[in-house]
Amino acid sequence: MTAQADDELWSAIGDPSRRRVLDLLVGNGDVSASWLAGRVPFSRQAVSKHLVVLEQVGLISRRKQGREVLYQVEADRLDQATRAMADLAAQWDRRLTAIKRLAEAAHAEAKKKRRL
Amino acid sequence: MADLEIEREVLIEAPVEVVWRTITEPDQMSQWFADRVELVVEPGAHGYMGFGDQGGPVVVEVVDPPTRFSFRWNHPRGEEPVTGNSMLVEFTLTPEGNERTRLRVAESGHELLAWPEAEKERYADEHRGGWAEYLNRLAHMLAKRQSG
Repeated sequence: MTAQADDELWSAIGDPSRRRVLDLLVGNGDVSASWLAGRVPFSRQAVSKHLVVLEQVGLISRRKQGREVLYQVEADRLDQATRAMADLAAQWDRRLTAIKRLAEAAHAEAKKKRRL
Repeated sequence: MADLEIEREVLIEAPVEVVWRTITEPDQMSQWFADRVELVVEPGAHGYMGFGDQGGPVVVEVVDPPTRFSFRWNHPRGEEPVTGNSMLVEFTLTPEGNERTRLRVAESGHELLAWPEAEKERYADEHRGGWAEYLNRLAHMLAKRQSG
């Protein structure tokens, strides 16, 4: 995943209303924009805009069934996003562990010197 | 309000001043962060962090010894890092007694897009657990639905 794609993904999920739409899609799958609009406190128009953004970053896809357009979550992409997030967290855990080790060693050293 | 945020913390058996030096002195930073750290720890100072043959500029934001230190990075080349084009890394140090320090780090990204404040607040409440937790929960729900 490129940095640019990451940015787009983050900003797509950064919007709480969009997350609400994504939540509903994850929980229910294969639903229409009208069905979603009936379950959120914003307009059908806003729902459509959110769906466009989510589809652009690959988190959801659409398919036609009769006259209806149904939306569903792209599991692989969601998984990818979750992993990227976990990687970032793990990276900070490693750094914090290194800081802890350095600071504790420096402190132990200073205490030893004071005792001499 | 920055919404995309990762927060981690660690309890360190050392006084707050020692931890402060570890996270702000360039020769210390190069041991836990980047291979090459060129940085003056002053608000607004521009520096550089090198990771192998890669790297990029950083800009110091808050320097409030010995409890708060923050910088911005990962902004597009040639641009000034501001809210919306960069990641903000914030360290908060909290002394716990004389010999212990709780160190918290938060890395946050894009601000919320333009959206009515009332809705932001309503959903911020629902997602107080944070973004990482949200993604985990979503992935979990999805796995459950697919196996069911």
